[in-house]
This record gives sequence, structure tokens and C-alpha cells, in this order.
Amino acid sequence: MSRVFAPLAFVVMALFAVAPIIVSNAPYEQTMGLVQKVFYYHVPSAMLMFISAFVCGIASAVFLFKRSAAADRVAVAAGELVVLFGIVVLVTGPLWARKAWGVWWEWDARLTSSLLLWMIFLAYLLVRRYGGPGSEKLAGAMALFGMANVPFVYVSVNYWRTIHPKTSVVMTLGPGMRSAFWFCAVSFGMLYVLLLTLRRRLEDQQAQVERLYLALDD
Amino acid sequence: MRQFLRVAWVVMRKDLTVEMRSREIVYTTVFFAASCVLVFAFALVREGRPLEDAAAGILWISIAFAGTLGLGRTFERERHTETLRALMLAPSDRPAIYVGKLLGILALLAVVEAVLLPMIGVLFHAPVMASPGWLLALLFTGTVGFASVGTLFAAMLVRARSRDVLLPVLLYPITIPVIIAGVRGTAAILQSAPDEPMARFWAALLLFFDVVFVTLSLWTFEPLMTE
Repeated sequence: MSRVFAPLAFVVMALFAVAPIIVSNAPYEQTMGLVQKVFYYHVPSAMLMFISAFVCGIASAVFLFKRSAAADRVAVAAGELVVLFGIVVLVTGPLWARKAWGVWWEWDARLTSSLLLWMIFLAYLLVRRYGGPGSEKLAGAMALFGMANVPFVYVSVNYWRTIHPKTSVVMTLGPGMRSAFWFCAVSFGMLYVLLLTLRRRLEDQQAQVERLYLALDD
Repeated sequence: MRQFLRVAWVVMRKDLTVEMRSREIVYTTVFFAASCVLVFAFALVREGRPLEDAAAGILWISIAFAGTLGLGRTFERERHTETLRALMLAPSDRPAIYVGKLLGILALLAVVEAVLLPMIGVLFHAPVMASPGWLLALLFTGTVGFASVGTLFAAMLVRARSRDVLLPVLLYPITIPVIIAGVRGTAAILQSAPDEPMARFWAALLLFFDVVFVTLSLWTFEPLMTE
């Protein structure tokens, strides 16, 4: 792990150093102009937020049914990253919405489901932090139920109305925009992997320190 | 299967018997739900005219609030007398115990709803008798959805610190789809021209939610309640 870490950190740093240049060189979108550029950070963060929710949910299920402490440590790391990337999504989204729709917030399917997913994982972290002993299981159930909940929230809000651009917009990007978008998506993906491994490693080390303390007591 | 249902039945009967002796939870929860509706009535009824569409929202908010209170109290009673541990030690299927507790909560919430509905009808001029079948279907599926998740979380929280705060923190984000579907479906029924296809859609969504979350709860109850 530590051998992979340094080169990965270096690559991610390089990617994020180049990203603003690539984003600023990408062509302007016809109707939105400059504000469309937020898309290059907003969409990859949203993708990772949802991926991370699934990582956390699946890791929690493994933890609950196989009683694997390692899976729980992955779940903690993924749960924190949902909240982190969620903050990026929920800050960049309204910046764009203000310009595109004229309001900061709209009760649209995608917005509501993202907000709720974010809240569920915030609750997940709250339980872990303040639930006292045995709260990992409780948090695991929360992550599992939260994951199962995403489609319901989506369908229920979608039935109202939806004005958010469809995901298919990614496939219809112009060539200059497409390369910039995928560059950012890969950068964010690698950042995610980096943070996940780093955070998991911290949990592993904490668990080991605890084990050593207990061994010393005996 | 028969054994399973018998255990569930016995657990529910035990809860109802304990409750019938003191009637503590049912009285306090019903009173709380009624005061919720009154608070909303003070806020949302102006010059004798309620806000349009407010009735459905208030009905479901009151159910959610009262349900949280009832769930907390039911398991607090088990914790206080250390009987949850005894229940878990019983040589029976754990999921059957879950179903029994769930049935007890549903019975409590049915009483709460029986009081809430006429209140909503009177205070918010809502035509609660316009299409009683769909209204009952929505109330039933919605309550099952809310209580199924609530029973599991409340049972798990028995051992946790600051459980009073954590129950709503966990329960509300997860049950938002129930609230959305319940409110939208009930609003479609309570408007001046009831929109039954709309109510059917929301009731179907609720039914689907119930199936998924009851299954998930039955599946996770065993590993979650094992120390």
C-alpha cells in the first residue's frame, strides 16, 4: 500500500494542477457560457458520491453478514467520502442553478435524491461518532438501508417533475468538452481512490494500536 | 412457518397486554399527535380557512412524529426492565420477534390514526370520507413502511447512547420516500376532485417500499441483534 501511495499522490497532484488549464481551454458552451465550466467538477463529484454510497453500503453488508472488521473500515472511509464529495456537489450545483434556472435550489429529483443521500450518510457518521459502543452495526444498517433507499427517493421525486439535465448529456458533449470532462472525471476518480486507501489505512492503524494496547494490558 | 407466526403473535399479544394494563404509551402518543395537529392548525389556518393541501402533509407529519415517540417509548420499556435481552434469549426465530414488535407498533399507530383522521377532517375541512378505500390503503402501506424501518432501528438503538436523538436522525432520512408518497397520495384523495389513478400510483410505490424494507429488516434483524 505505502509503495503505491506516493506515486499515486504525485499523479493526482499533477492531474489537479493541470485540470484548471484544461478546463479553461475547453470551448465555451453556447447558452451558459462561463458558468457551464462548473460542470467539470460537479459531475465527477456527483458520480463519485453515488459510487461511494454503494461502496459503503456493500462494505456494510459484508461487515454485517460476514462479521469482517476490515469491511467495516472500508465502509467508514467510503461513508466519509460520500459526505465530502457530497459537499462539492451541493456547493457547485446551486452555483450553476442560479445562473441556469434563476434559483439556488429546486425540488427536482436529482437534487432531492442527492441531498437525501448526503443526509443519510451524514446520519451514518453521526451514529458512528455518538452512538457509543456497538454503533458500527447500527451504522452498517443505516448504510445498507440508505443504499436501498436511493431508487425510491429518485422515483418519488421524479414523479413530481424534473428539470435537471439528463445524464445522457455526457455522451453528447462536443469533442473539446468531452476530453476535458473525462480528464476531470479520471482525476477525481484517482483522488477518490487515494483518499479511500488513505482513510482506510488510518482505520487499520487505529485498530492495530488498539489491539496492541489490549495485548499490553493482558 | 406456523411456529414463526405463533411467536410473532405471542410477542404482539405480550406487548398489547402490558400496554393495556397501564395505557401509558397509547394515551401519551395520541395526546401528542393531537397536540401536533393543533399546533399546525394554529399556524396554518387563517380566518377559518386552512391552507390548501395542508391536511395531507399535517396528517403524515403527525403520524411520523407520534410514531417516533411511540417507537422510542416501546423499546425504552423493554430496556428499562431488561426484557429485550430475555426476548432475544428465547428459543425462537429472531425475525419472528421483529414481526411481533412490528405488529404491536402498527396496532398503536392504528389507534393514533383513528384519532387523527377525524381531527384533520374537522380542523382542515378535508373530505376524509371522499374515497375511504384508497385513504385506508395509503395509510396502511405508509404506516407499515414507516414502522418496519422504525422498529428495526429502535430495537438496535436500545443499546446505544443518546438513543432518543439518534432515532429521528436515522429514521427520517430513510423514511422520506414514505412521507413523500403518503403526502402526495393523500393530497390527491383529499382535493376537491379526488384523483384516484394518482393515489393508486403512490400506494403502489408504498407497497413496493414495504416489500423491500420489510425483507431487508427481516434479513438484517438477526445479525444486528446479535452481540
